Amino acid sequence: MDLGKRGLGILALLASTALLASGCSGGGGTNDAAAAGEDKTITWWHNSNNGEGKAYYEKVADDFEAAHEGVTVEVSAMQHEDMLTKLDAAFQSGDAPDVYMERGGGELAGHVEAGLTRDLSELATDEISMIGGNIAGWQVDGKTYALPYSVGLAGFWYNKALFKEAGISNPPQTMDEWMDAVKKLKAAGIDPVSVGAGDKWPAAHYWYYSVLRECSQEVLNASVKNLEFDDQCFVKAGEDVKKVIDSEPFNPGFLSTPAQSGPTSASGLLATERVAMELAGHWEPGIMQGLTEDGKGLGDDTGWFPFPTIDGGAGAQDAQLGGGDAWGVSQDAPDEAVDFVKYLLSDSVQQGFAKLDMGLPTNPAANDSVADPALASLLKARDESPYVQLYFDTAFGASVGGAMNDEIALLFAGQSSPADIVAKSQDAANMEK
Amino acid sequence: MTEGVKVVSATVPARQSTAAEARPRNTAAERGSRSPKRKLRAPADKRKNLEILFFVTPALLLIAMFMLVPIIQAVRFSVYNWKGFGPLVDFVGLQNYVRVLQNEVFTDALVHNLVIIAGSIIIQLPLGLAIALLLNRKMKIQGLLRTIIFVPYVLSEVIAGVVWFQLLQPQYGLIDTVLAKLGIQGPAQGWLGTPDLALWTVLIVLTWKYLGLAVILFLAGLQGVPDELYEAAQIDGASWWQIQRKITIPLLGPTLRTWGFLSMVGSLQLFDMVWILTGGGPANSTTTMATFLVSEGTKRQNFGVASAASVILFIVALILAVSYQQFILKRDTQPDTSRKRKKVRR
Repeated sequence: MDLGKRGLGILALLASTALLASGCSGGGGTNDAAAAGEDKTITWWHNSNNGEGKAYYEKVADDFEAAHEGVTVEVSAMQHEDMLTKLDAAFQSGDAPDVYMERGGGELAGHVEAGLTRDLSELATDEISMIGGNIAGWQVDGKTYALPYSVGLAGFWYNKALFKEAGISNPPQTMDEWMDAVKKLKAAGIDPVSVGAGDKWPAAHYWYYSVLRECSQEVLNASVKNLEFDDQCFVKAGEDVKKVIDSEPFNPGFLSTPAQSGPTSASGLLATERVAMELAGHWEPGIMQGLTEDGKGLGDDTGWFPFPTIDGGAGAQDAQLGGGDAWGVSQDAPDEAVDFVKYLLSDSVQQGFAKLDMGLPTNPAANDSVADPALASLLKARDESPYVQLYFDTAFGASVGGAMNDEIALLFAGQSSPADIVAKSQDAANMEK
Repeated sequence: MTEGVKVVSATVPARQSTAAEARPRNTAAERGSRSPKRKLRAPADKRKNLEILFFVTPALLLIAMFMLVPIIQAVRFSVYNWKGFGPLVDFVGLQNYVRVLQNEVFTDALVHNLVIIAGSIIIQLPLGLAIALLLNRKMKIQGLLRTIIFVPYVLSEVIAGVVWFQLLQPQYGLIDTVLAKLGIQGPAQGWLGTPDLALWTVLIVLTWKYLGLAVILFLAGLQGVPDELYEAAQIDGASWWQIQRKITIPLLGPTLRTWGFLSMVGSLQLFDMVWILTGGGPANSTTTMATFLVSEGTKRQNFGVASAASVILFIVALILAVSYQQFILKRDTQPDTSRKRKKVRR
């Protein structure tokens, strides 16, 4: 009778992790304690689980405890994927940590709808105005539910030496120049671009960015809000991506290439100088460092340029695609948890965060503390852009985003069309309505 | 790990069935002597029942917790539109089932599962049988060869998957490098990246992985073939081929049929290897029902749809298993009397 066990096993696993998670955090009972005015405990889950980052966050928690008598911060540092699984389980069991990482978009909207996360609009007005445009991804119906502490962009990471070898003096700024660069690299015998289409989302970033160039911000906002893809600009974006694919710029075997795992992944190919560039997020230097023996990645050859402009597109040509992490406060958390989140966004904490290259700070006071030159140029592009669009798979939520990414990956495999991407995304969106 | 359990449970019936012919006499004798005692010692019987209850309860509880409850939960989730958090409120009836069954990716996945069932049996049966027959002959390094054949099966599926994934890398992988040295150009997208080749590549890796199980089961079955039959056949002047065809393979029947069942169930549940090698891609060309439901559940958070898919997988597996039991395994499990009767008539 062990049939269908795998699927059911997963559910069993989820159920048992939920049990475990609730067992672990059950000691809190924070609400009652808060009401009685006794010692208060804030549970905090984060994903900086090694080295300096972990130590830094421990210090931050200690400092907060010292400044707030009677408050204890229980810190749980977890590996990123582990944390996401445990968070899902914790939300299922209704026993989420008080302060947790919120990725925004459709996922946040789901949490809001289920009444799991706290409205911070009135409680953190100063922080919200300080963060400015970067906060858009964490707002639902005009209310702010989490404070982003790191917002990064996707763009092209490239190998300066290989570009030079192919005779490309300046990084391309328009799509035509980009295609030109691809031709030059090919002529020099260099595989121009790597893409981890095996994981689907790296391929999808091409479509996201093309949409950003083809569609105006009003169209995009309405689309995310109403879950409608009826504007023709979405199809046009697909056609742009098809042109890119037809120019055959990608590494051999890109359909099964993973995004970041191992030296033959898309990041690995760039890090080991087998391709000249890759469209990836702000995490790329860190990933590349992990994939090279000397731990330096491309070192001084690391360069970054934003996604090229597309002639005749109705969208903002300098808008950026990105995403980030925010601190959310769960519905039942004590008020001190809100203070703690505000403290996490304060000048001093964000400066320390930036100094350790833990991410791209959202507090402008920390901008000068970003040490890495490539990250600093990215930060500049972010703050100069009219707006940062949240990655669409996050913005639309996992269900629509997943359908979208699958269909875009099929386009890369030559088995779909620009119209199909729109149609399949719409199908999935209709299920959400 | 589950496969490990299966081996044990598989070898036991295989051995029993071959030894079955010798056993009935003993059991009949035991029965005869035991039944009068039973009536006399009723309290002892009660104690025995308690004993059974005591030892079986933990296992039953575990089964209830980790099998029955999840099955019931899956059925419950499958009639709701549920994202994995918050209360179950959005009741949608059978809509999730319609969504799954109308989804081309799922129907393709079902076809892939069937291809893998057929492929495994068609490739592994003759190959496994041939190797088992060869390894059954007395030779010097028999033990070593048997170990080598069995090693892939013992290896964790995840580790084997990662190793093969690296070997099969396009351009930089060992296989493509060797082929290039021989002047053969591998497919441009790689063996796992070309939609038309990916499923067959996975099937080859699976054959490598599970051939050892077939061989070891067949070898176990071969031990149960009485030597007298070979001797008698040799005296009658039968050739090696004739002996294999007329004696060994027919007597191996129960083992072969049990192995077929295991292979079928394993193919239906196939997940790990595909997940690591291709993740179901490229272009959904290697999705199985299990990878479909996992990606619907964990990646897209459509837990209702994933649960519906798991229930469908359960039903498909149940139907296949029951019909296999009914039409193929039945001849091994039913009492020998009917067969004997036929012989008597002749």
